Amino acid sequence: MNNIISEKVQKMQPSGIRAFFDLVLGMKEVISLGVGEPDFVTPWQIREAGIYSLEQGFTSYTSNKGLYKLRLGIHRYLKNKFGLEYCPDEEILVTVGVSEGLDLALRAIINPGDKILIPVPGYVSYGPVTELAGGIPVYVDTSKNGFKITPELLKRHIGKRVKALILNYPTNPTGVSYRHKELQELNRFLLKHKILCISDEVYEDLTYDFNHTAFPVLPGARKNTVYLNGFSKSYAMTGWRVGFACGPKEVIAAMTKIHQYTIMCVPITSQMAASEALASGKVSVEQMKRQYDQRRKFMAVELNSLGLKCSTPQGAFYMFPSIRNTGLSSMDFSRKLLEEEKVAVVPGTAFGPCSEGYIRISYASSLDNLKEALARIKRFLEKRR
Amino acid sequence: MDEILEILEKDGRSSVEEIAKMIRKKPDEVRKAIKKYEKDGAILKYKAVINKDLIKDSQSEVRALIEVNIVPQKDLGFDKIAERIYSFPEVSSCYLISGTYDLLVVVEGENLHTVSNFVAEKLSCMENVRGTATHFLLKKYKEDGVVLKHRSENKRIAISY
Repeated sequence: MNNIISEKVQKMQPSGIRAFFDLVLGMKEVISLGVGEPDFVTPWQIREAGIYSLEQGFTSYTSNKGLYKLRLGIHRYLKNKFGLEYCPDEEILVTVGVSEGLDLALRAIINPGDKILIPVPGYVSYGPVTELAGGIPVYVDTSKNGFKITPELLKRHIGKRVKALILNYPTNPTGVSYRHKELQELNRFLLKHKILCISDEVYEDLTYDFNHTAFPVLPGARKNTVYLNGFSKSYAMTGWRVGFACGPKEVIAAMTKIHQYTIMCVPITSQMAASEALASGKVSVEQMKRQYDQRRKFMAVELNSLGLKCSTPQGAFYMFPSIRNTGLSSMDFSRKLLEEEKVAVVPGTAFGPCSEGYIRISYASSLDNLKEALARIKRFLEKRR
Repeated sequence: MDEILEILEKDGRSSVEEIAKMIRKKPDEVRKAIKKYEKDGAILKYKAVINKDLIKDSQSEVRALIEVNIVPQKDLGFDKIAERIYSFPEVSSCYLISGTYDLLVVVEGENLHTVSNFVAEKLSCMENVRGTATHFLLKKYKEDGVVLKHRSENKRIAISY
């Protein structure tokens, strides 16, 4: 059978925690802090727009780039929020979530053997998708620097074939984000060394302590950045699978070339709903954000008081506490917590190398659930004192 | 609105300590603020939202929305007559509204008779009341932002990246 499967795929490391996930899915009455999606349902006016579009018979293909109405909405959104101007005709592409945008961007730029800088702990797909595109992931450990990437850390990894950095902020799994000044330093560094920035800003709307800076607004960054964003997290629309990529027209044209052969277009129902999200979703986003913000502060105090050290996250809906003082590995901690107390978390090791000794906790769960989970974690820890 | 009020409006049982953690203030500050809201009457009371349809032993209650047309009084406008109406214990809510009638009065009673009696004997014959139209409530779907239905199960898978 092995000779049927391509060598590239055979070489791909299967996710080491698949077995753990299967264990979680097989159990009942688990309180899950392991989810990477909002606990809200898509706001009704957005769902209603999807339903209405079906009733009206919008069931066809759309333009490869996406419905013009939606691209125009994205154009306006970025212009109003960040003063960013992307032309809806040539510089915006509607993708199947940020996942597709990332895949397209990497495939559009990588020649075999090109290196891609990936800060870790980081989102799970960056490494494997780089490899599939023929690139070599170069992991940059941020764990000793409060999970933040800096020019100093990047400096150690620059070399001839380094083509791009995948930046993700607010960051999954750590909740870390960057202020304007920090991004400026990164941008200067990338421009100096001619390294492209692929900026995954899907959690952009969930930034709590300061205003989010979109990477392309930095001086000189627009022509050196592929900006990725989507509707999944801000509008609680994970299942609709809608994202978008913005960038210089040459890059977007190259990405569109791949997209037209592989995907054709994003489902029209989802595009219609996303368009409505931009038109009327702002209030719902603000309401959800306020609740995340309260839970985040609450969880940070509680986890630290339990001895699971973590800083207060600045964005997204994740915390990444250290579990080192329990003496357990990430995997053992997560497995035992699940088996003994029925609380699901994600072992840090899921998020790449240098993530041992941490777990990811998602606070996209009701406050009642969070309180119950904390009580169970407390009991779990007390047994081990 | 103050975040403390927002949190309490959503869950009146939130403790001072929990609220303090959620908004990064000292518990004493939160306690003081709540005391002040209670004293000023901004917070009137704390209560549970109950879906009475699900309580088998409780006598089912009848609710009616009554449109009331009134003649406003000199110098006092609608307020005096509204007070005479809302002071009846049968009246659970009373609003002055714009449009074809003046007051919207919500009345609760044990059964159809008690409510109709209240309208016939108390409300319609009141001085300054020009006329009433009574609408009996058949089914409650949503009240004060709460949908009166069993909470549906969470449809998310338990774990994802």
